[in-house]
Amino acid sequence: MTILSNLISGVSLGSIYAIIALGYTMVYGIAKMLNFAHGDVIMVGGYLCFCSTAYLGWHPLPSVLLAMVGCTVLGIVVERLAYKPLRSAPSLAVLITAIGVSYFLQNAALLLWGSDPKVFPTFFNFSGKSSWSLFGGQLNVSYVAAITVAACLVIMLALTAFTGHTKMGKAMRAVSEDKGAAQLMGIDVNFTISMTFAIGSGLAAVAGVLLCSSYPTLMPTTGSMPGIKAFTAAVFGGIGSIPGALLGGVLLGVIEIFARAYVSTQLSDAIVFAVLIVVLLVKPSGLLGKLVREKV
Amino acid sequence: MFSKLVPIPSGAMVPDRDVDKSPILECINLGVTFGGLKAVENFNLTIGRTEIAGLIGPNGAGKTTVFNLLTKVYQPTKGTILLDGNDTHGMSTIQVNRAGIARTFQNIRLFTDLTVEDNVKVGMNNAMGYNMWSGIFRLPGFWKEEKVAHQRAMELLSIFDMQDLADAKAGSLPYGAQRRLEIVRALATNPSLLLLDEPAAGMNPSETAELMENIRKIRDTFQIAVLLIEHDMNLVMNICEGICVLNFGQVIAKGSPEDIQSNPTVIEAYLGKKKEA
Repeated sequence: MTILSNLISGVSLGSIYAIIALGYTMVYGIAKMLNFAHGDVIMVGGYLCFCSTAYLGWHPLPSVLLAMVGCTVLGIVVERLAYKPLRSAPSLAVLITAIGVSYFLQNAALLLWGSDPKVFPTFFNFSGKSSWSLFGGQLNVSYVAAITVAACLVIMLALTAFTGHTKMGKAMRAVSEDKGAAQLMGIDVNFTISMTFAIGSGLAAVAGVLLCSSYPTLMPTTGSMPGIKAFTAAVFGGIGSIPGALLGGVLLGVIEIFARAYVSTQLSDAIVFAVLIVVLLVKPSGLLGKLVREKV
Repeated sequence: MFSKLVPIPSGAMVPDRDVDKSPILECINLGVTFGGLKAVENFNLTIGRTEIAGLIGPNGAGKTTVFNLLTKVYQPTKGTILLDGNDTHGMSTIQVNRAGIARTFQNIRLFTDLTVEDNVKVGMNNAMGYNMWSGIFRLPGFWKEEKVAHQRAMELLSIFDMQDLADAKAGSLPYGAQRRLEIVRALATNPSLLLLDEPAAGMNPSETAELMENIRKIRDTFQIAVLLIEHDMNLVMNICEGICVLNFGQVIAKGSPEDIQSNPTVIEAYLGKKKEA
């Protein structure tokens, strides 16, 4: 039963990583840049949700929507101000800018909300209970875990349908392959990239709420470690691939929880990254990534 | 503006451009310099609404640069481009495409990961109306638009008998088919001027002959103008009604295929100066 219980928490944590990883993978796939500020968007989403419920007394549902809208706007604004002017700059310059944006967001949060951890409210509490008791109390499945996994699956299916069947999705795939040719076919590349950031940041808000519901302490640095883990998950699964983000995220979550439960709590992160290194040594493009062959 | 419309295969009507005799494209003293290098200088060209025109010249003469100027990949440093009588000054690549110029590439630039049909649909992107939500949830509006888009894509593919390949990945197609798909994708953007950059490159003589037929067919069906860059003189002399010869960024000759073939300056540019005995 403990194995099953650990597996459930692993899949649930992994689902959060997967939702964050989607943001990394989509932005990388389309804009060919690593948005290291993505993790901090999660933190902003958490704070927005926290403020609207704790200070303004909002119902959880509108406050989650507020967080999503707020982060979507933040994503578009950051892209416009920080990344768009560097569209033709070397990728290293964009990377450094992204790290700068990350620190900017963290310090802005520090100024706005202070450094003391906030306790995130419990959203998923129905009729006084926060978990299902199964097998006569031997296995507890928290509502948060179930909702996280369900949210992750819904988001994956919706995104797959979006990229496969909508004209914006097709435009995104076209831009990801050849910006120049896409532009000459009448596709607005800047708008497409903005949309990518908007979607990724909106998803980051969802991830932020789910993360803070599972681990209810909120600090300005809350987003950075999950952000890095999710980036790892994206690389693990093959960066640029949507199913890869799901697979990478879930595997990473399960490995982390099992390492924490059966090996050592302190070493769990080391084990996670060791697995990543081994996978990349064997398959440098990630589990589901495509090997890009240089044409001669 | 147009007094007559003609039907095209999809049932839509396009202007009968024979009625309107004004040119679709006019380049006036067009020029671009890179650093100190004058890549194209004093380029003047006028193309009629349903004309097939050729742009030829030795390697490095500036032919593709002209295409890049017309599609605003480079902004011209001098001169004017009039498309359908409107100045394209300051327009972006996308705006020029929407205004009616579509092109193919010398080195094929298809979206190799997308299917053949999706490549064509990407070209139709601007014409398609359904939004994001109806696409994700497959609402009725999506199916209706999708059906129209699918039909239109199939019709366009049928120009080159490529309907059977609709579900194949574009990158998996043989070379000749990729070249043809590029033309279809460009046509999907609904242009009034189609720019073809070396459409016959790498094709065998029978494929080239078929391509010539198809370029004529495209012009006749869609009532559009075609400007093509090509090294295959057989193709150029056979289907072009007007030819413009570039050398070192300058127009050295213009005229009908017969004029060009007997023009001493052109012969000199291609074969070098005759040695005095």
